[in-house]
Amino acid sequence: MQLQLRGITKRFGDLVANDDISVTFEPGQIHALLGENGAGKSTLMNVLYGLLQPDAGQIVVDGEPLVFHSPAGAIAAGIGMVHQHFMLVPVFTVAENVELGAESVGPFGFLKTADAARAVERVSAEYRLAVDPNAVVEDLPVGIQQRVEIVKALTREAQCVILDEPTAVLTPQETDELLSIVRGLRDAGKTIVLITHKLREVREAADVITVIRRGRVVAESVSPQTSEVELASLMVGREVSLVVDKPSLEVGEPVLRVNQLSVYDTLDRAIVDDVSFDVRAGEVLCIAGVQGNGQSELVEALVGLHDRSEGRIDLGEKRIDGLSTKGILDLGVGYVPEDREHDGLVGSFSLAHNMVLDTIGESPWSRRGVINYGLINENGQNLIEQYDVRATNAQVAASTLSGGNKQKVVLAREMSRSLRLLIASQPTRGLDVGSIEFVHRQIIQARQSGVGVIVVSTELDEVYALADRILVMYAGRIAGVVTPDVGRDDLGLLMAGATTS
Amino acid sequence: MTLTAPVVPQARIAPPSLTRPIIMTASALVLGAIFILLSPMDAETTFIFNLGDTFISIPDWIVPSRTAATGFAIAALVCAAIAWPINARRGSLFLPAFGLGVFLVMSFLAWVGADSLLPITGLLQGSLLLAVPLIFGAMAGVLSERAGVININIEGQLLVGAFLGAVVASLLNNAYLGLVAAPVAGALLGLLLAVFATRYFVDQVVVGVVLNVLAVGLTGFLYSRFLTEDPDLWNNPEVLPTIAIPVLSDIPILGPILFDQNVIVYLMYVVVTVVQIALFKTRWGLRLRSVGEYPEAADSVGIEVNRTRFRAVILAGAVAGLGGAFFTLGSVGAFGREMTAGNGFIALAAVIFGRWNPIGALAAALLFGFADNLQNVLSIIGSPIPSQFLLMLPYVVTILAVVGLVGRVRAPGADGIPFRKS
Repeated sequence: MQLQLRGITKRFGDLVANDDISVTFEPGQIHALLGENGAGKSTLMNVLYGLLQPDAGQIVVDGEPLVFHSPAGAIAAGIGMVHQHFMLVPVFTVAENVELGAESVGPFGFLKTADAARAVERVSAEYRLAVDPNAVVEDLPVGIQQRVEIVKALTREAQCVILDEPTAVLTPQETDELLSIVRGLRDAGKTIVLITHKLREVREAADVITVIRRGRVVAESVSPQTSEVELASLMVGREVSLVVDKPSLEVGEPVLRVNQLSVYDTLDRAIVDDVSFDVRAGEVLCIAGVQGNGQSELVEALVGLHDRSEGRIDLGEKRIDGLSTKGILDLGVGYVPEDREHDGLVGSFSLAHNMVLDTIGESPWSRRGVINYGLINENGQNLIEQYDVRATNAQVAASTLSGGNKQKVVLAREMSRSLRLLIASQPTRGLDVGSIEFVHRQIIQARQSGVGVIVVSTELDEVYALADRILVMYAGRIAGVVTPDVGRDDLGLLMAGATTS
Repeated sequence: MTLTAPVVPQARIAPPSLTRPIIMTASALVLGAIFILLSPMDAETTFIFNLGDTFISIPDWIVPSRTAATGFAIAALVCAAIAWPINARRGSLFLPAFGLGVFLVMSFLAWVGADSLLPITGLLQGSLLLAVPLIFGAMAGVLSERAGVININIEGQLLVGAFLGAVVASLLNNAYLGLVAAPVAGALLGLLLAVFATRYFVDQVVVGVVLNVLAVGLTGFLYSRFLTEDPDLWNNPEVLPTIAIPVLSDIPILGPILFDQNVIVYLMYVVVTVVQIALFKTRWGLRLRSVGEYPEAADSVGIEVNRTRFRAVILAGAVAGLGGAFFTLGSVGAFGREMTAGNGFIALAAVIFGRWNPIGALAAALLFGFADNLQNVLSIIGSPIPSQFLLMLPYVVTILAVVGLVGRVRAPGADGIPFRKS
C-alpha cells in the first residue's frame, strides 16, 4: 500500500505543529521519520491515523484521496498504529484487547471468545510473534505488550504499520528483536513507518529517512548510510557534540551507603529486592536498566517517598531511612524527580516561587510566617539568568515553559542549595539535544564540586556519557556494577537479566 | 566479562500482612465475650423459622440464651482461627469472614433475643425487601462507573423514580403503568448527568450532588404543590400485589423469602443477572468496560468513548429509577418527601464494597439491607440496646464494610476522568 501525505498542516493555537508536510511511504520499505521530541512527528501520525484533523492537506492511499474522521476510518483503509503509550486495556486479556472494536459476535452480541483467540494465534504463527491470547496484558513485560499491539494491527489486515517511538521502553535485545520483526513485515510487503529520535536504530533498520524539524521536512530521502553526527545536526539544525567533556575523577569518601534495601508494592511484591551499594563524593553512579525494574522505587525510597521500604540508608554519618522527605532534603540531598511535570514543579506557580519551593518557609525567604516576595523574585531572576532558562521573567507560570526549560528550573532549585548528594531521575527524558547538553554539563559540574551523584537513566548513550560506575538493575535486583568501558552488548545483556560471574 | 544466562524475573513476595486475621480474631474474642457475658443465665431465646405455608414446617428452636451465645461465639472464633492459615497462603478470606459475621450475628441475637421470639425467616425476608432499592441503585452505579462516570446521582434517580412511579400509578389508577414511568424519570435525570459529564466535562461529583439537590427540590415542590393538595388524585397509587411463584415459593425458609414477592423483586433478579452477563460476555459489555478502564485505547480502535458513556449513564438512570419505584409502588404506596433517605449513597458504598461487580454489589446491598432490618426487628421485639444505637447500625455496618473488609479494591481505571480528544 502506498501512502502519501500532501501538504499536511496542523495548528494548535499559535503553534504550527505541522507546516506543509509532504512525504510518501512506499510498500516493502521501512521509512524512518526522524526528529526531536516536539518536532511534530506524533502530531503528523495522529493526523494520519484519524485522531486529529489536519487544517490543510490531503492523505492519499494508493492514489485515492481519503479523509479520516476517526481511527475507524484509518483502520478500515488498512493503517495500523503501534502507539508509544500502548493502547491496551491493562485488565483485559490479550485476545480481548485484540478483538476490541472488531469483535466477532453471536446472537445478542455474545462474544465469540474462541474466535478472538484463534485470530491471535493465526497472526502469531504467520509472523512469528509468540503471544498467549489468554494472558492478562498488565502481567506481561512491555516487550510482549508491544508485540500485542503489532498483532492487534495485523489482525485488522493492516497494510501499513506505523510504529511511534517503539524502542523507548525496550532493552537493547528487545530492540533487536523488534527490528527483526519489523524487517519481516517489510519483506511481507507491508509499508512500515518508524517514528523515532534514536539515530542508531534509524541507521540500522531504515531503508529511507525523512528528517523533521519544527514541524517542517528539512531533509527527505536521506540514505541510512549518513553518519550519526550528520543526522543529529539535521535533526537539531546546528552542529552538536555528542560527547560530554568529563575531567578525570577524584573520588572521596562514600556519601551514601545503602544496605539491604527492599521496597514492596501494594501486593507485597519486592519491587526493589535487597539492594546494597555506595556512592562516593565526586563520582557519578548511573543506575541503568529498562524502565520498570525498580529504579524509580529505589530512588523514591532514598528520598523517603516510599512508605513500604526496609533496610538501612546512611548519608555520611547520619542514618536517613525513616526520616521525612523534608528531613532528608535538608541534610543536603538534591532530588530531580522522574516526572518533572507532576513531582518537580507546581505548574501554576511562578518560576521564582518554584525556585524556593522546598525552602519557602525558612529564612531568608520568610520570617515569622510572612513571605518576602521581593527577595524571592530577585533570587528567581538571578537563577533564570544563571541557568539559562528561556522565559521572559521569573513571574511567568512554570507550566508555560518547554520541557527543557522546566528541567532547568528544577535543576536550578536543587543545585542552589549546598549539596552532598544529587539524585537525578531520568534527567533528560523528552528534552531537546540542546537542553540535554546543558543538563549533562550541570551534572558533571556537581560531580567536580565533590557532590556524589546518582543518575537514573534508561538511555545507554546517557549512561556512557556520564557514568563513572554503572549499576544495572533487573527485576528489582542489582544485575551488576560495571565501569563504563563495558561493551554495549554486555551492558544490554545485564539489563536483560544476565548476571556477572 | 563472563555472563550467565538471564534468570526468569520472579519478584520476591513479602510475608502477608497479619492485619486482617488479627482484626477477625480480636473481634471474635471481644464481641463474643460481650455477647456471652451480657446474655442472661436463665433466659431462653426462641428462633422462629416458619413464614407462610411451606412443604415442611420447621419447628421453632428454643435454646438457653447464654448457651447459644457461647456456642455461636466459639463458632465465630473457629472461623477467625481458620483465617490464619488461609491468610498465610494468601487465599481468599471471604468464607471465614462470612462465617465470622454470621456466627457473631447469631451470638448477638441469642443475647438480645433472650425471653423473646426471633423471626429469622421474617428477618431475612425484610432484609431482602430493604435491599431491593439498594440493589437497583448499585446496578446503576456499576453500569455508570464501569463506563467511567462516577454516579453520585443514584439518590436523586431513586427519588424521582419513586415520585413519578407513584404519580403516574395514581393518576392512571394502574400500578404497572407507574412501573413503566419510574425508569423514564430516572433516565431523564441520568440524561442530565450524561450531558454535563460527557459533553461539557463538568466535574462528575459536583454535577451528581447538584442533581441530587435538584431531585429533592423538584419532587418536594411538586409534592407540596399537588400531592398534598389533592392526595386522592395525585398520591394514591395501589401497591403492586405479591405474586407467589408456584412450587418455588413452597420451599422451606428460602421460598417465602425469594419467591413470594411483587414484580419489582423479580425484575431485580432479572436486572442483576442481565447486567452480570452482559458486562462480561457481550460486545456491549467489553466496549463499555474498555471506555471505563482506558478510553484512549477504546478511541484508538474507533469506539466512540463519550457516546458509549452517555448511553451507559442514561441506562443506569433508568435502572435506578425502576428501583425507586419500590419505595412507593413496591412497599408503602404513597410518595413522601425525601423518602429515599440516603439509600442512593449506601448503594454507592455497595458498588465499592462489591468491587464494581454486579454479583459483589448484590451481596453488599443484601448485607446493608440485613443491617437495616435487624435494627427494625430488634426495636420491635424490644432489645436491651438503646434505639439510637440501633438506628446507627446500618450506617456503622456500611462504614466498617467499606473501610475494613474491602482489602485492595481497584476502581475502573478511568472512573471519574472526563475523556477529551486531544
